[in-house]
Amino acid sequence: MEISTQRFKKNTTEAIASPTLRQALKQAGTDLPAHRRNAVGKLPEFEALRDEGKAIKDHTLAHLDFYLETFERNVIASGGQVHWARNAAEAREAVLSICKRLGARTATKGKSIVTEEIGLNDFLEANGVVPVETDMGEYIVQLRHEPPSHLIAPAFHLVRDQWVEAFRKAHTDLPPDRYLDDRRVLADEGRAVLRDKFLAADVGITGANFLIAETGSTAIVTNEGNGDLTQTLPKAHIVVTTIEKVVPTLEDTMTLLRLLPRSATGQEISTYVTFSTGPRRAADRDGPGEFHVVLLDNGRSAMIGTEFQDMLRCIRCSACLNHCPVFLSVGGHAYGWVYSGPMGAVLTPSLIGVDTAGHLPNASTFCGKCESVCPVKIPLPKMMRHWREREWQRASASRYRLGLKLWAYLAKRPGLYRWGAELASRFLGNQAGSRGKFRTLPLAGGWTKGRDLPAPEGRSFMSLWAEQQRAKR
Amino acid sequence: MSARDQILGGVRKSLGRIAPLSEEAAAPLKARLAGHKANLIPERTKGLDADGLVGLFSQLMQNCDATVDRVANNEAVPQAVTSYLARYNLPAEAVMSPDPVLDSIPWSSQPLLRLRRDRAQGTDAVSITPAFAAIAESGTLVMTSGAERPTTLNLLPSTHIVVLRKDQVVAASEQAWAKLRETAEARGEAMPRSVNFISGPSRTGDIESVLQIGSHGPMRLHIVVVDN
Repeated sequence: MEISTQRFKKNTTEAIASPTLRQALKQAGTDLPAHRRNAVGKLPEFEALRDEGKAIKDHTLAHLDFYLETFERNVIASGGQVHWARNAAEAREAVLSICKRLGARTATKGKSIVTEEIGLNDFLEANGVVPVETDMGEYIVQLRHEPPSHLIAPAFHLVRDQWVEAFRKAHTDLPPDRYLDDRRVLADEGRAVLRDKFLAADVGITGANFLIAETGSTAIVTNEGNGDLTQTLPKAHIVVTTIEKVVPTLEDTMTLLRLLPRSATGQEISTYVTFSTGPRRAADRDGPGEFHVVLLDNGRSAMIGTEFQDMLRCIRCSACLNHCPVFLSVGGHAYGWVYSGPMGAVLTPSLIGVDTAGHLPNASTFCGKCESVCPVKIPLPKMMRHWREREWQRASASRYRLGLKLWAYLAKRPGLYRWGAELASRFLGNQAGSRGKFRTLPLAGGWTKGRDLPAPEGRSFMSLWAEQQRAKR
Repeated sequence: MSARDQILGGVRKSLGRIAPLSEEAAAPLKARLAGHKANLIPERTKGLDADGLVGLFSQLMQNCDATVDRVANNEAVPQAVTSYLARYNLPAEAVMSPDPVLDSIPWSSQPLLRLRRDRAQGTDAVSITPAFAAIAESGTLVMTSGAERPTTLNLLPSTHIVVLRKDQVVAASEQAWAKLRETAEARGEAMPRSVNFISGPSRTGDIESVLQIGSHGPMRLHIVVVDN
């Protein structure tokens, strides 16, 4: 997808001005934290599980080459194939070459953020393979030609009218005057339309939540059953995933599985968790004839050993988004690329560079909520500070730096500072006149763009204090 | 250099190594993989007997909008199935796993119930399957694929009926995996092609963040627990 992280400030201004987005975010921002709180409250061991989840991921990352090789060996042993991809282009090519060899015309897709990261849909379409998103949220954003706005709820930003409009426009073989203004009716129509796509698809593409080294299995966590139909019905199942998703054993996966749905939607467990190991066996009556894993790096191996390594523990639950005051004000699209919220503010600069995504780590109030709800205890605020420091060093000659130098000079000289403050407050007080506030003020545009600046009422605190002290004596 | 070698090389460089782990350094990792050691298992199933496990399993399943029926023995299963179908006005017709474990159920006692033993097609409305195991801790069915257990039966029909024996309900998923490893090893494979954990009928929360039961997978999930 097109990157617009450079326009983050403009994006956020537009997002805040959208009433439909505000409506959608308000609903989800209340419900999702409440669901999580409820689920966590029912499991006394949740805190201990967070520590274990973190330890499992840290252990795996510390021996990542060993576990990746083990995973690969076991995929091959069960009859599957592994395709290593250094970057997005290699991953796209790997998928396309499988589709071409099988003469595929359509590919159904389970929800996969990694395929958004590599821009797979546009690429397949340009090369004669029609990708069909089957997760309801992904389906509607595909119909609307826009990217998903949330890790697990791609249509987080949409209200019902927008669903109705997109369905009327896309499903032209249905009566144009049919009743649609009901969530149940919309869900049923989506099910019926996509049912035919599942059955007709030549290739099924999914992501993976976990790669299990011990068995060479991939696992997906879903509620709709779409990912499961996607991978069961076509001739081939292609898993597009990234290197940090590997965990050692099924037992380790179970620990992370106790954390993921609770943190994401507040479910004890998601409706479906599907473990796939190789293609269909000789006597099987269904299942894909081929099983492929496209294993993407795309900058992740370079994060190991840096201050951003902890980010590779992320299991994409979205708890940090759902609890973030910034995300819940501007939504996912404002972040300008696939990853949003606190995890996006840390991961995006790592993957596409701080030059392009340098604004994102500034989108934080440092309230610390993200770290406190992270199931694998990623120190997100700390890492955002690391990015800010780097961005700061890069922008060393900026006028911010000059302004701060001037302030520092004055702050170190209290006499001069007080004299200046007294002078400035008298001047501003006079200028403001009877209104007592400024609509606009040179050098303070960042403040006055969104609100009035109250004018000082003539004298500074320090001078009034000094006068009182003199009077007492 | 191949993409594989470059990625693995990059990982090693970041980890401060040049070569793969030595045999000696890899030994504890191999032991960890082979040990299948369980991590922390929540205590909510502690001290529960077989009935207690079934009770917790049923309660969690019902919380997730599935329905659970308990019958005394195999003889009662066909009647339980037909009355469930009648209650929802569904046709007395189903596609059923070609699994011998279902043969001990006297299906002919319900002569109006028409059964086909095969994988599911897009047109099938109702499926009947056994389960490999069930997990009390999370209210989850564990389904394994195989020649007798097509995966499509779990996913395609809009109504899925599962016949579960009481002694198949285990406390935690870790026990289900241990059991699965034994079975798979006996078959000479590491894992069945597909293992489906199922905890209720399919659902979506994608439309305005409000939950709708019934999405792409089954709209209804009904479990018949056989006590004996």
